Amino acid sequence: MACIEARGLRKSFGTTIALDGIDLRVEDGRILGIIGPNGAGKTTALNAILGLTPYQGELRVLGRDPSAERDQLMRDVCFIADVAVLPRWMRVSQALDYVAGVHPRFDRAKAEGFLARTTIKRGSKIRELSKGMVTQLHLALIMAIDAKLLVLDEPTLGLDILYRKQFYDSLLTDYFDRNRTIVVATHQVDEIQHVLTDVMFIDRGRIVFDCSMEEVESRYLEVMVNPEQVAAARALKPMHERQGFGRSILLFDRVERQQLTALGEVRTPSVADLFVAVMEDQAGQARAKYEGVAR
Amino acid sequence: MNTLSNSMPESSANPQIAPTVISPARRMYWSIRRELWENRSIYIAPLAAAAVTVVAFLIGMIALPGHRMRTVMALNPARQRAQIILPYDIAAALIMATAFFVGLYYCLDALHGERRDRSILFWKSLPVSDLTTVLSKASIPLALMLFSFVLTFVTQFIMLLLSSAVVLAEGLNVATLWTNVSLFRSSLMLLYHLVTVHALWYAPIYAWLLLVSAWARRAPFLWAVLPPLAISAVEKIAFNTTHFASWVAYRFSGPEAFNVSSSPGLSAQAGGVSMTAMASLDPEKFFSTPGLWIGLIVAAALLFAAAQLRRYRGPI
Repeated sequence: MACIEARGLRKSFGTTIALDGIDLRVEDGRILGIIGPNGAGKTTALNAILGLTPYQGELRVLGRDPSAERDQLMRDVCFIADVAVLPRWMRVSQALDYVAGVHPRFDRAKAEGFLARTTIKRGSKIRELSKGMVTQLHLALIMAIDAKLLVLDEPTLGLDILYRKQFYDSLLTDYFDRNRTIVVATHQVDEIQHVLTDVMFIDRGRIVFDCSMEEVESRYLEVMVNPEQVAAARALKPMHERQGFGRSILLFDRVERQQLTALGEVRTPSVADLFVAVMEDQAGQARAKYEGVAR
Repeated sequence: MNTLSNSMPESSANPQIAPTVISPARRMYWSIRRELWENRSIYIAPLAAAAVTVVAFLIGMIALPGHRMRTVMALNPARQRAQIILPYDIAAALIMATAFFVGLYYCLDALHGERRDRSILFWKSLPVSDLTTVLSKASIPLALMLFSFVLTFVTQFIMLLLSSAVVLAEGLNVATLWTNVSLFRSSLMLLYHLVTVHALWYAPIYAWLLLVSAWARRAPFLWAVLPPLAISAVEKIAFNTTHFASWVAYRFSGPEAFNVSSSPGLSAQAGGVSMTAMASLDPEKFFSTPGLWIGLIVAAALLFAAAQLRRYRGPI
């Protein structure tokens, strides 16, 4: 049984369609990055998975129906839905007491251990902590829970680069052990690229790209084409072309490396470049469709 | 997602820590403690009310030490009794009214505040059901009621000791004081009043406020108060009747059965319990009032609806 299984997941707010029939399967032990422009449906999808919003279609998370059994599900699922949602009136010690009081899989000693590495004082109120410290505290609480699935929705938004880096480093070194599954939605693609095992792009409520990182590395190649060979390169049907350093950079899907090395400098594209290519391709298709209809 | 070579090569090697078992009662206990951490006014406000009455009582005795006592002692028994117990009644009324208003305010904010400060996303990430959360919040008015009972008893006892000291210092008979005040009997009546009126009869009021607090996106106070007023107005204008308004008034004032306040100047609504009105208590009549049971059923339905609403409520 997969960790998350969705079929025909739909959700609309009035006339706006947030999720347009999503099929999704996340196996155990993966780290999936969900990337998409604002309003693409990332948060809606995660909220459905966490039982925070009603939806249409089939959805099972760890074999449970999240909308009916959120409290049961939360024994095995953790999430950070947003930065700074810890109650501001609470003391750090109270947060530890409370989570230890209600969560069967919380290891208090472990949380104390994580906190010992920070400058957070036990007696402080959360309102007195900086935004970065609140995230550190939240992460310490979450990482001390022996969960099967961790869902993160923009967990580092608004934090400076040191905290962001530290956040993902501790997740990888102290938390992830291949028994757990992590799903993270973010805008900051470059920072999480090296963390992911799988990547998924969402646009206008649909999954437009879904691939493992190994596959990304084997399928896609980016070539900084020598000026005189641009025409030859274009003949190989690149999926995207952009300009950089005064040269054309072409992105190819499933073209032999040997064929490309003759044309210029070849490298694996970053997820961010791939994202831009896929999104522009989507926009182009949408335009073609619209023009077709108009004609 | 594709299952690729690097997924779970060691899934069986890593033994899981046996989870501790957490009973529903323990979850409820921590949920209620959480409420007390967040809303310290629950105990601070009644304590302040008690402190204020004791200080006022002290000022009264210091300002007019023996003189006042002598005047009271010279009165005929009935007037004497009324004079002696008046401050005790006021103390009970003030503490009870404070607890009542703190309870109303608390319920109106309980499920709204967590959405306003976005902390609902944190609470929902923990394995506590919406029903447990709503019930823990609904139990706060009950906790307030018990606390105000204990506090009233302690406050009145302190007052009795203070006045006894003055009476003894003046060389007067302390027995007059103690027979009139009869702390234990009055406390029993207070407890009866609190359980019947504040816990049982008012239950739908608290539940209504919790429901509005779970539902309203903004201005829960207006949503709680204006619709009943509007319904009363519409009814009066359209049919020239006042059934709804009198039904609401009945809910606040209660059936005659426990309208025990016979002491002058204090109504049951303000929370006054006369220590002399023991005879007017009629539990049998109270518990056979249909309004009580209808109210409790309505309260249960409102709380259930609040829990259902909270399931899909996010930050506002």
